[in-house]
Amino acid sequence: MRRIGDAPLIRRLLIGAALVLSALFLLLPLVAIFAQAFSQGMLVFWENVSNTFTLHAIGLTLMIALLTIPVCLVFGVALAWLVTRFSFPGRRILQTLIDIPFAVSPVVAGLIYLLLYGRNGWIGSWLDSYDIQLMFSWPGILMVTIFVTCPFVARELIPLMQAQGSREEEAAVTLGASGWTMFRRVTLPNIRWALLYGVILTNARAVGEFGAVSVVSGAIRGKTNTLPLHLEQLYQDYNAVGAFACAALLALIALLTLAAKAGLEWRAAHQEAFA
Amino acid sequence: MSQLAFRRSGSTHVLPGFGLSMGISVLFISLVLLLPLTGLFGQLAGLSFAEYWAIITEGRVVASYMVTIGAAAVAALVNAVFGLLLAWVLVRYEFPGRRLLDALMDLPFALPTAVAGITLATMYASSGWMGRLLEPLGFQVAYTWVGIALAMAFTSIPFVVRTVQPVLEDLPAEVDEAAMTLGATDGVGFRRVILPHIWPALVTGTGLAFVRSLGEFGAIIFIAGNMPYETEITALMIFVKLQEYDYVGASAIASVVLFVSLTLLLVINIWQGRFIRRLHGGKG
Repeated sequence: MRRIGDAPLIRRLLIGAALVLSALFLLLPLVAIFAQAFSQGMLVFWENVSNTFTLHAIGLTLMIALLTIPVCLVFGVALAWLVTRFSFPGRRILQTLIDIPFAVSPVVAGLIYLLLYGRNGWIGSWLDSYDIQLMFSWPGILMVTIFVTCPFVARELIPLMQAQGSREEEAAVTLGASGWTMFRRVTLPNIRWALLYGVILTNARAVGEFGAVSVVSGAIRGKTNTLPLHLEQLYQDYNAVGAFACAALLALIALLTLAAKAGLEWRAAHQEAFA
Repeated sequence: MSQLAFRRSGSTHVLPGFGLSMGISVLFISLVLLLPLTGLFGQLAGLSFAEYWAIITEGRVVASYMVTIGAAAVAALVNAVFGLLLAWVLVRYEFPGRRLLDALMDLPFALPTAVAGITLATMYASSGWMGRLLEPLGFQVAYTWVGIALAMAFTSIPFVVRTVQPVLEDLPAEVDEAAMTLGATDGVGFRRVILPHIWPALVTGTGLAFVRSLGEFGAIIFIAGNMPYETEITALMIFVKLQEYDYVGASAIASVVLFVSLTLLLVINIWQGRFIRRLHGGKG
């Protein structure tokens, strides 16, 4: 039976338009990143990547991501468990609050942290009297990164856990499993792929965050420069190849993220087919 | 009888971890999301309303609202059309490269915004791949508001595609078969049968894309040119004030941005909730 839009001409026209527009709008920028990064050969690319400041920026960026992920993981699982397994007044408010980081501009996110924990803020001035400075150093970068990435794990888990329901877990508990055993043996195997994808998204965003981090970092080369900030400095210094070398590293992480998503989706589809 | 008793205890906590997960969630949301907002209000508390009003209605700031809202609106509308096309093609047709195209849709979310920013700026500058083609034709993209809209459209296109796609997938084949059997043309069928089903999702996706564009920073500042009154976005305005150590001014403008984006988020959430309730027959 023919469906709407199945006429060969319409079909070809729409597919053609979608492919051409996506190629120009999405694929070409991706190609451009690598073309620019390697425009003066492998050697120059490598020199730029192995530069002390770049290596430091890579190290700091990875450290921030590694510290962000466990925090977001614990919060994401706890929140998803709470809103999908229990019903209580305020459940919907919690679900709306978790979207705040998606709606808040990254610059505003950085600003509110700077105001609170900066030297003039009410927490910052108190910490300052103990000589603890969070802003313009890595703890500040970590804090705003957690702010902007915290919804991802929860957002991946909530729809899945809602769809799965709590029957299996209730059965486990009724049969005498302890809370931890139930979580490890029943919940975790059911949500592991969504959990993994949530972590991948968290990582992608943590590694690439720019606006919020640039407000609180101070961007001191070799100290508080993450990879996106370092890239900006190189670009402003007219070192395009250097900037795009950093961009290529970040784009590679983005591509791995997309590949992981495609892989997990493929897995989910085939599990359904064979189950 | 025993089953009834079991049911009742099932509806209140058979499952463990209520206290723990509530504790973690509330503590985290309070400390990470809500507490920092108090800093903003603390900063503004020292201002009289007249002073506050003067800051947020200063000429350069108002110009930045106009640039941001205008470009975001254009980007959202373009994305509504482009996103609908992509979602339709991905759901309805089988063709070589479909899976690749599908994967490509998430690129703007996965790619760091600063990377997108320098790439678009380089491509659309007069010596870049696209700029070289467009400028002889009289289209200047880089360092104009068109560039701003382009960067916004790039970073927010997945919102439309990923919101419309699942709704299109859930649409049963009988719906359009019925329309075709009754003699509707493709155009009429789409407008009268498909569109009424998907437009709430389309509006939601476009709304999310718009909110995202309002706050976007990293992707835009490189291509925008950042000329006061002309190509300066509000997020950059806040950043500039901060660099001048004008924390009060930055906070005042940030409060406007924050108010607008949180209000829009709330409206979208309520709208989406209502639409989902209608689809699932009264169950939220």
